[in-house]
This record gives sequence, structure tokens and C-alpha cells, in this order.
Amino acid sequence: MTGFDPLAAVLWLPLGAAAVLAALPGYVLPARLNVLACLASLVCAVSLFWHRPPAGDYLMVDDLNVVFIVLNTFVGFTTATFSASYIAHELQTGRLTLGFLRFYHAMYQVMMFGMNLALVANNIGLMWVAVELATLTTVVMVGIYRTPAAIEAAWKYFILGSVGIALALFGTILVYLAAQPVLGEGTGSMVWTVLITRAASFDPELLNVAFVFLLLGYGTKVGLAPLHAWLPDAHAEGPTPISAVLSGLLLNVALYALLRFKMLLAANPQALAPGPLMIGLGLLSLIFAGLMLYRRVDIKRLFAYSSIEHMGIIVFAFGVAGPLGNFAGLLQMTMHSLTKSAIFFTVGHITQAKGTQKLADMGGLTETHPVLGWTLVAGVIAIAGLPPFGVFMSEFLLVSSTFARQPVLAAAVVAGLLIAFGALLVQITPVTFGPPRGRNARVHASTLPIFAHLALVLLGGIYLPPALVAWFQHVAALLG
Amino acid sequence: MHGLAFDIAHMLAGALVLLSLMMLYQDRLYALINVLALHALVLAMSVAWQAWVHDAPHLYITAGIALVFKAIVIPMALRRMVFQLRIHREIERVVGSGLTMLAAIALVALSLEVMLPVTEGVDPVSREDIALALSVVLIGLLMMVTRHNAVSQVAGFMSLENGIVLAATGAQGMPLVVEISVAFSVLIAFIVIGIFLFRIRERFDTVDVEALDKFRGERR
Repeated sequence: MTGFDPLAAVLWLPLGAAAVLAALPGYVLPARLNVLACLASLVCAVSLFWHRPPAGDYLMVDDLNVVFIVLNTFVGFTTATFSASYIAHELQTGRLTLGFLRFYHAMYQVMMFGMNLALVANNIGLMWVAVELATLTTVVMVGIYRTPAAIEAAWKYFILGSVGIALALFGTILVYLAAQPVLGEGTGSMVWTVLITRAASFDPELLNVAFVFLLLGYGTKVGLAPLHAWLPDAHAEGPTPISAVLSGLLLNVALYALLRFKMLLAANPQALAPGPLMIGLGLLSLIFAGLMLYRRVDIKRLFAYSSIEHMGIIVFAFGVAGPLGNFAGLLQMTMHSLTKSAIFFTVGHITQAKGTQKLADMGGLTETHPVLGWTLVAGVIAIAGLPPFGVFMSEFLLVSSTFARQPVLAAAVVAGLLIAFGALLVQITPVTFGPPRGRNARVHASTLPIFAHLALVLLGGIYLPPALVAWFQHVAALLG
Repeated sequence: MHGLAFDIAHMLAGALVLLSLMMLYQDRLYALINVLALHALVLAMSVAWQAWVHDAPHLYITAGIALVFKAIVIPMALRRMVFQLRIHREIERVVGSGLTMLAAIALVALSLEVMLPVTEGVDPVSREDIALALSVVLIGLLMMVTRHNAVSQVAGFMSLENGIVLAATGAQGMPLVVEISVAFSVLIAFIVIGIFLFRIRERFDTVDVEALDKFRGERR
């Protein structure tokens, strides 16, 4: 393996593809090229398992991020496949024009670049820049339909996202200030692999304040209540492939950034324990989003709130920490990402068939569109945390490990899960089973990505390969 | 670092906080943009002073970007925009200026209270700068929530970014990559904002963000 650096390829491929896609007219070829570029990035990402370059001043691959990179490029690839059939329909109905499509494909690759960079960054400043880049590209994608509602959503996302990201930068500066007396001036004091080895001698007070800023800043991007206001609008008004990557990937990337800083805090014995803060915010998001689910009238907003709920569960899990809590959090991150993007693929085709996103105008999907209807049922079963799917596994693990330590918290989590479960049941049953309602256009659905995701989630619920379990355990121990 | 050098750094950072407070009660857009330009100018001076005192020549670049881009180019563009959109009238506000000022003073007190005790081990200039920078950031946030006009929200965001640049340059020896990226992000942010503003203008006859609110998706 000389001369070929998969780490560089994971970054350069999307960037190069973006440049090419920005220049290509038409839509059939660019859509295919988009898929191809994502597939190539995926292959490079997978090869990182075997060929891991040493950590540098700016980039690194370690046990924590390698699986997120693979997950990121995998969902990026399946979403590109889905997007190819989705946009063909959008072109026919005239919601997008060819000019905007060129922009869309280029932006898609820039976004993949931003997210990959955030995941492999070893420098906390670089990581911040990458998250900001990914945010900005999604902002313009959310606004791409240029309807008043889309512009409103993009503006709100932009303002709230910028404020969040500004607070995160302030937190990053404070971390540097805490590191500087120990590590000296210059680049070394921002390199994560250096920081983590010396974190024990940093000023704990300063680290505490820094973490509060980072939690609020990156927490806004994760969509934690009460900082979630941008999330439902951005999910509902943008193109559905973007909703899928927002929920499935961007939230994970922001959470990953937060986890890195949590590890820094955990490495310093005098610093405040991040647990209670994360448990509080996580529980608040879980219960708040669960209650909000009942009042949704728009199917994409419904699943956006479900994402807030799941992010709440994940943050709660990492707040509980310990080997089991972290294990549950990592598994839930993976499973939620796969399940939610599968649901958004299905929902994208359903809204195209129905010509609306209103739940009230949909009904009896299992009769009119059997494939889409039943995959939606499967997806909702999975996301609601019912067996035999993987989300059940992680939620079960979380509840049982919390119960062993703090039974009251476990009761609160179970209550939140049940609230959300009830809401999904109430909202989705008439859509899938009741009498057929609304328009019934045929759509050319690409079901392969949906099935691939659901199969993986099912596999996660039935049989986790021992190698994967061992890896999760190892990383859970790293997270402290 | 001691004596005069410290006093000047302190004065410049304090002036930034004062200008942030001034921004809060400007009720005309042109006046607001003028204060914003002044804010960026003081920031540039503060950064340049840091560069000279600490002998960190790369900070002059940051100062230059603040001076040229934030104090000259963006205010000019904003003025043009305000003129073209014909919105050089008064700004509506949610809370009265008296209350907003009181809240802002409380925020300054809060940030000094939070930052000074935890930064005892840090170099005194960094310490003052970080505390004052946090006040600028918080006042910028306050401005963004109390104003409804899109242009003044942009102004609030810009002052917030200025506060962050102050913090970044105050932290001695912080790697250059971050400073340039901050400047870059402001550029990108501004382009995005500009696009959005024009799109908003295209669709509606006002840049008042409240006019957009009725398009929220949750209509039955």
C-alpha cells in the first residue's frame, strides 16, 4: 500500500467530485457520478480498517472515528442512490430546475467533504471549521426549493446554527487557553491526540466553562431541546435526501465533536463530571420531543421530532456513561442513523406519490403502495424500539444499565420512550392501514437503499458479530 | 506584559464592549451600520496592538481582514442593500431600549463574573480579553433576539463574530489556521446571508423576519 493514502482519498474524492459536478450539465450523468463518487469514498473509508495512517497534526484515524467515517460514507452512498431517483421526479414536477440540480450535486459532495473532515480532524480548530462548512452547505440545500417556507426554514437554521457554532468556537478557544500553560503556544495545543494525554494537568475550572460552551454550541447542531428550533423546519422544507443526511449524519457528526470534548473532560479528574448535564439535556429532549410528536401534522416534521427524541436518548446514554451506557449510546447512534435515513427515503417517495406532506391527506398506504407502505411500517417499528430491530437492543441495554444504577432515571427514560412510541402508533396507523386517502400517483421508487438499511438494522437486532461487539466495548471503555 | 501596553489593550477591548452597547439602542439602520463599522475598526486596532505587543506578525493579517473586510466592505454593502431595499426607516424592537440596555449590563457583569475567577492562571491580557470578549458575544446574541429586522440581525451576528475574534487573538499563540478560518467563515457567512436577504426581498416586500414567520409549516 505505498503511494495510496485512503485517508487523503476520503477527503479529496468528494472535493474533486464537487468540482466536476459543478461543471457538468444535465442530470442523468451527474446523478450517477454522484453515486459513484460516494461509492469510491466508501471503499476508501472501509480500507481505513486495514491501512491506518499515523495521526498527524491535522488528521487522524483512531478506533472511535473509523466506524463513524464508514457509517458516514455508507449512508452518503445510499442517500446518493436514493437521491438519483428522487430528483428525477422533482425535475418532472418542475420543483427543481437543471441549474439548481447542478448546484445541488456539487453541494452534496462539499457537504460529504465537510462531514468526513470533521470526523478525521485531529485539530479541534480544524474540526470546528469542518462542522461549520457542513452546516453552511446544508443551509443552502435546505433553501433550494425557494418557496417561502423553505427560505424561512433555511434562514432560521442559518441563524441558530451560526450562533451555536459561534459558541462552540468560544468553547474551543477556552480549551486552547486551558492547554496553553501546559503545552506551550502554537499548533500542539490544539491537537487532540496531544491534548488527551495531558488533559489531567489542565486547569479544571477553565475546562468546565469550556465544556458548557461546547455543549451549548455543538448541542444546537445536535438538536437538543431547548436549542432544537431549527431542526424540524430544516428537515421538512428541504429536499428529502437532505433530510436523510441531516438526521442520519450531520447530527451524528456534531455529537461526535461533543464526545471528543467529553473525553477530554473525563481525562481530567478534577473537572466537573459532564454526566449530569448531558443526562438533563438528553432527558429533556426525549420527553419534550415525545410529547411534540402527538401534535405534528406533517410527516417529515414528525420524523424530525423523532430524531430530536433519539438524539436525547443518545446524549442521555453517554451521560450515564460507564461501559454499558457508552456501548448503548454508540449502538443507538449507528442504528438510529441507518433507520432514520431509511424512513426518510420511504417518506420521500410517499410524499411524491401523495403530492403532499400532510399526514391527514395520506391513508391506507399498505393497500395503494404495498412496498412503500410496508417498508414504512417496518421502519416505524424499528425506530419505535420494538424487537427484533437493532434500536430495541440499544434501548434495552440503556434502560437496564440505567436501572442498575439509578432506577428513577430509568423510569423517566421508559416513560419518554413510551410517550414517543404511543405517538408514532397514533400518527402512523391511519397513514399505513386506514382507508386509502388522497392522491395515488405511481412513483418510480428506488427500494434498494431502504432494504439495505433495514436489513442492517434487523441484523443489528438479531445478531451482532463478535468483532463488532468487541470493538464497541473497546471504544466504550475509551469514552470513560 | 505590564504598564502602558496592558492599559491600551484593556482600553481597546473595553471600547469594543461599549460599542456593542451603543449598537443596542441605534434605531436607524444607517446609524447601526456606522456603529458596526466602528466596532470592526476598534477590533482591528485591538488585534494590531496584540500583534505588536506580542510580536506575532501573523495577527496583522487578522487585523487587516477586520479592517478592510469588516470595517469597510461589509458596511458599504449593507448600506447599498438598505438603500436598494428602501428600508432606511426606524427599526422595530421587541423590548424597549432601556430594558435591553439593563439586560446587556447584566450580561457584562455575568461574563466578568464567570470568566475572571476561572482564568487566574492565564496571562492577564488574555484574561481581560476573554472576559470582555464574552460580553461582546453575549450582547451580540441579545441583539439578535431583540431585533426582528434581517439586516440588524446580521449586524448582531457580525458583532458576535468580532467578539470571538477578540477572544481568539487574545489567546496567545493560538494557531493561525483558526484566525484565517474565522475570517473566511465570516466571508462565507456573509455571502450566504446576502443571498438569503435578496431571496427574501424577491419574495416579500419586507426584510422583517416576522413576515416570514407566518409560513411556518404547522398550519392545519
